[in-house]
Amino acid sequence: MAQAHTPKFSNPVVTWIDSRLPIFTMLNHEYNEYPMPKNVNYLWAFGAMAGMMLVIMIATGLFLAMQYTANTHMAFESVERIMRDVNFGWLLRYVHANGASMFFIVVFIHLFRGLYYGSYKAPREILWILGVVILLLMMATAFMGYVLPWGQMSFWGATVITNLFSAFPIVGDPIVTWLWGGFSVDNPTLNRFFALHFLLPFVIFAVVILHVAALHISGSNNPLGIDAKGPQDTVPFNPYVTVKDGFAIVVFLILYAAFVFFAPNYLGHPDNYIPANPLVTPAHIVPEWYFLPFYAILRAIPDKLGGVLAMFGAIAVLFVLPWLDTSRVRSCKFRPIYRQFFWVLVLCVLVLGYAGAQPAEGAWLLIARIGTFYYFFHFLVLLPVLGKMERPLPLPVSISEPVLKGGGRVAAGAHAKPMEKA
Amino acid sequence: MAETTHPSGVGAHGAPDGEGTTRRDFLYLATGAVGAVGVAAAAWPFIDSMNPAADTLALASIDVDLAPVAVGQAITVTWRGKPVFIRHRTEKEITEAKEVNLGDLRDPQPDSARVTKPEWLVVIGICTHLGCVPLGQKPTDPKGDYDGYFCPCHGSHYDTSGRIRKGPAPANLPVPQYAFTGDTAIRLG
Amino acid sequence: MRALKTVLLSAAVALGLAGAAHASEGVHIPTQDWPHSGIFGTIDQASAQRGFQVYKEVCAACHSMKLVPIRTLSGIGYNEEQLKAIAAGYEVQAGPNDAGEMFMRPAIPADRFPSPFANDQAARASNNGALPPDLSLMAKARKGGEDYLYAFLTGFREPPDGVTVMDGMYYNEYFPGHQVGMPNILNPDGVTFADGTKATVEQQAHDVATFLTFVAEPHMDARKQMGVKVILFLIVLAGLMYATKRQLWSSVKH
Repeated sequence: MAQAHTPKFSNPVVTWIDSRLPIFTMLNHEYNEYPMPKNVNYLWAFGAMAGMMLVIMIATGLFLAMQYTANTHMAFESVERIMRDVNFGWLLRYVHANGASMFFIVVFIHLFRGLYYGSYKAPREILWILGVVILLLMMATAFMGYVLPWGQMSFWGATVITNLFSAFPIVGDPIVTWLWGGFSVDNPTLNRFFALHFLLPFVIFAVVILHVAALHISGSNNPLGIDAKGPQDTVPFNPYVTVKDGFAIVVFLILYAAFVFFAPNYLGHPDNYIPANPLVTPAHIVPEWYFLPFYAILRAIPDKLGGVLAMFGAIAVLFVLPWLDTSRVRSCKFRPIYRQFFWVLVLCVLVLGYAGAQPAEGAWLLIARIGTFYYFFHFLVLLPVLGKMERPLPLPVSISEPVLKGGGRVAAGAHAKPMEKA
Repeated sequence: MAETTHPSGVGAHGAPDGEGTTRRDFLYLATGAVGAVGVAAAAWPFIDSMNPAADTLALASIDVDLAPVAVGQAITVTWRGKPVFIRHRTEKEITEAKEVNLGDLRDPQPDSARVTKPEWLVVIGICTHLGCVPLGQKPTDPKGDYDGYFCPCHGSHYDTSGRIRKGPAPANLPVPQYAFTGDTAIRLG
Repeated sequence: MRALKTVLLSAAVALGLAGAAHASEGVHIPTQDWPHSGIFGTIDQASAQRGFQVYKEVCAACHSMKLVPIRTLSGIGYNEEQLKAIAAGYEVQAGPNDAGEMFMRPAIPADRFPSPFANDQAARASNNGALPPDLSLMAKARKGGEDYLYAFLTGFREPPDGVTVMDGMYYNEYFPGHQVGMPNILNPDGVTFADGTKATVEQQAHDVATFLTFVAEPHMDARKQMGVKVILFLIVLAGLMYATKRQLWSSVKH
């Protein structure tokens, strides 16, 4: 990374360190000078919010781990001790438990922003794939974290989800036994889930660093989906974007705080305040809300293996998304037909989520099946076909241009080549 | 970087008049200060969570009934995770403790400063040398050369007032904070 | 700002859906007006103290509350002496003593409420095979929380025509499945409140539900009070951040 210039630091200690280990040059380059398209909207703040959520989760998780006991006989009580006796223990736990939900809200919006504005397209394919890896790691981490309080939902959620692997022929049952470390979800399972729940956030942290590195190579996308042509199209990250992101973060924290302080159990399930009992299954097992769309897909397929494959397929399809979308225009702003289908997809995922919380029977099962069909149809058929057929609107010449011309739409004819390679 | 005019016509010095600059600086300062207060306040629950919790503090003071302890007997109670030696001293032991010449002591303390009631000795049973638990509570234990306690780890001898008399330990067995709540009842802590 | 609105709106929709997931099947549970509901609500201490009396004199015969230390009751207005007196009314197992035997000693406030049965099996054996659940977290462990507890305790009825209740079971309008192993144990004037409050069944149910809400989460009042401060602080900070952002971006044409 031969930079055009090395910044001069006024502090001699900083200069001394930087000439030996250029961390300050790097930080300055990545978080101070980094050129951000000046037309990005608040949806671009969700990356920063997700980063903040990861830090909050690691911090609260570390301090909770100092009080938690990963043993089937003591886990439930140790969590109650945190809630009742540890100084601010209730606060740490509610921040952590609700933080998982908040993290997923942020990441889902971040993901749909990427979908809407085509942030997964060249040259950002690896950036996107790393993002999907983070999502998968988050799901694994959240699932194992939910098991730790060792309530009824913890236990039965763990039982149901680990049993998914039994759907695979021949290797299925040995895999499940291996996951459990026994013949049912028990103390060895709880112990390993705790170990992995502690480890995975740091793996996520490492992938986030790669995610940001990949972002800073290709530069941020923007609502127009066209590349920044030069300094006239961008603002330096600091202070413009830091302050803007900071404002968005504080607004988001208000929502977060409202849950933590006034409805801390709203997103949880009452059954998880009943200690785990391997002999009694709760009447109605529901995963946490962020898994509901996937849970609906699982149950929509009337075949055990098929359901499991469809559920994993729903994530796997995101990995190949950059190659499924054949359109050369990034932003939905300029794709009048696809834009409609984007909102259909959003609706589809919400409906799937709702269906996932209902008993898998009758009308809800039918709705879940329609939703599942559309989900895969959208990615596997619609995106490749529509990209070829749709006639995009003319793209603006540059980010600055529509602004300089008074904010109106760019006159027809004045258009750049779609998706020029920078 | 940000302080200089950016090529896109972006300048931090947007408002050319001085008044705008002052207002802007004040705004930045206020935002930064309030944000810093928020971060500092948020750090406290994390730090405080590592302090003793309510269940630990609830046992920070315990009541001990001394009535069943006959003269010459001793009991050991656990208080704040440490052994506390309570000995119902005999007349002989009390006399021994009182008649010591303070000048002979490594850590001079009169017996009267170490007990509330002469017949009851209450000390924390942790050797001041390297933290072993001395012997001398049970009738069969060696009591050392001074009829008090003997630490088997490195051979420290304590007298009937728990004072160090011989061996490597630098100080007397510490007296915990306690008070009599009745004739034969004390509260530790 | 439009984007921000979209974002908040979609978050609200998502959360609404998540919440809708809760409001599925089951009997409708009427909601009560609790002094502790709402963001400024606090536990009614007098009611919780009466509720403790109901717990002690009625519920505790069968139900444990084993996660709750007696000292927790300082949160509903008992002072140290009162707590000691309450604790002295219980015996807890201690030991082993020098003879290697377990023995009973009077409880101290640091002890947890002792359970009426030695273990779950003993509890089942004494209750016709049914296990009376632990009450430590009951207000958080049932859908509807304290509203459900009140509805349940006042919901014992004669079974409607055509419904046969199994032997040893009782009909309750609000219990899932309507058949419950617990009989209607609240009777008018079944307890005598020291403060002169008339002990109707509704009053007892209300008070014990308040008490169980308190023991399920002793820090609820502190939590809400902190929440108000935190959110006011964040609103001020958001205002300042927005002003700073406006100021900063005012010269950027975008």
